[in-house]
Amino acid sequence: MAELNAFITEETVESDADGPLSGKTIAVKDNISTEGLRTTCGSAMLEEYVPPYDATVVTRLKESGATIVGKTNMDEFGMGGTTETSAYGPTKNPVDHSRVPGGSSGGSAAAVAAGDADLALGTDTGGSVRNPAAFCGVVGIKPTYGLVSRYGLVAYANSLEQIGPLAPTVREAAELLDVIAGPDDSDSTTREEGADSNYAAAADGDVDGLTVGVVTDLVEGADDRVVEVFEDAVADLESEGATVREVSLDSLEHAVQAYYVIAMSEASSNLARYDGVRYGVSASSASGGSEDGRSESSGVSGGFEGNWNDSFARSREAGFGPEVKRRVLLGTYALSAGYHEKYYKKAQDARAWIKRDFDEALSEADVLASPTMPVLPPKLGESLSDPLQLYLIDANTVPVNLANLPAISVPAGEADGLPVGLQLVGSKFGEAEIVRAASAAES
Amino acid sequence: MSDSPVDADEVRHVAELARIDLDREEVEAFASQFADILAYFDALDEVPEVEQEADLVNVMRPDEVRECLSQEEALANAPETEDGYFKGPRVS
Repeated sequence: MAELNAFITEETVESDADGPLSGKTIAVKDNISTEGLRTTCGSAMLEEYVPPYDATVVTRLKESGATIVGKTNMDEFGMGGTTETSAYGPTKNPVDHSRVPGGSSGGSAAAVAAGDADLALGTDTGGSVRNPAAFCGVVGIKPTYGLVSRYGLVAYANSLEQIGPLAPTVREAAELLDVIAGPDDSDSTTREEGADSNYAAAADGDVDGLTVGVVTDLVEGADDRVVEVFEDAVADLESEGATVREVSLDSLEHAVQAYYVIAMSEASSNLARYDGVRYGVSASSASGGSEDGRSESSGVSGGFEGNWNDSFARSREAGFGPEVKRRVLLGTYALSAGYHEKYYKKAQDARAWIKRDFDEALSEADVLASPTMPVLPPKLGESLSDPLQLYLIDANTVPVNLANLPAISVPAGEADGLPVGLQLVGSKFGEAEIVRAASAAES
Repeated sequence: MSDSPVDADEVRHVAELARIDLDREEVEAFASQFADILAYFDALDEVPEVEQEADLVNVMRPDEVRECLSQEEALANAPETEDGYFKGPRVS
């Protein structure tokens, strides 16, 4: 296990409940609260944070009989697509140790791919379940917004994120989704859909009469090797009785821009809670500290002799890594006077446009298909130097979060010995259709 | 190039608003990265005005006292506490 660095904390939490997941082991992403079990979000800020309560999904896992085997590595606060921004070091891809597992739920995907856990929970704000599922060769589902409770999920971008399952097969991922889906009094954005779901039953491989829309905009920019595997997977669905047609969504050109403006803006607000007073790194106890030595001058715990703002700013300098600082600063900028209309308002327009385009496309097709990731898994250390290039590899996954829709990534085959994922997008609360189509595509 | 120029002073100003200290190297690196990223975001100018989803409704619950964390549990992760309160620096 240690070889991959898939876990930040390895600890077993048994359940004596008798349920659908009895006998199954599950790894939980480290931004999902576990009572009495350290939850770091991949950040030095929360190195010692121990939640006093369970997230609703964790309560449901325990009630279902699952055994939790640990908390998985992730990009810091979910901000990244390679698991390299973790303060606890990168996770390796089990398929090829010189490559990233994807992210931000890279530890969860790697744990499942390596067999260190039967199942895993990840979270998907802009692709963070589907991306590592594709790169590690496992199945990952991003549920419709509101299907799964976010209570106890440490917030990054509330309007975009959902907790989702990772598993070796479509049926097992659907079984885990059945356990965690459904309304929750503690999360007012949850909906009745999913209350008595049986998505696992939809994994019957029957795509006869199903219409699959290939989103050409998301195929054109992809690596040729990825496109070849993708086209074979679509041809297989066609040979099993599905009807394939092409669709194009003009709005998708603006998806990555809109996604990052909205995600960063929400992050700048959400991460304001890390002040080093209620939890997290206080200005004086910060390990690492500022490179110019300013934090060393604050000899008093909590910086009581300074003022609130200085102490706050020092705590955050020490506790946050570069990608988190970058996003909080850019989000602050996008929301600041004079720029709100130019960035945030326009991003909301783009989001509404993308939703409308998806609604139209899904009136012509039951599910929409694209490669999950436009590239093969990058080498470790290759992507961090240019943040913008890293954002662009999210092109195929972020539109789904902006549109609040469900999507699944299922292994489609390999190129150069590396896994390629097929992404299938469904209508709002159309989890059964994407599970059905994905189960037919499964090799 | 972005029509919203970002220089080191702008980065320092935003960092102050966000309450994050930065060292000199960080300021320089961010100024150049932000110029690239914001130039990319500028393409949002081409997005037409689109009517937003109108069917959102508030979800309310009765304002009743419910079980919650004890004071001790709420304070358990605080670096410093005093007499059952969080302890922080002076506000002004």
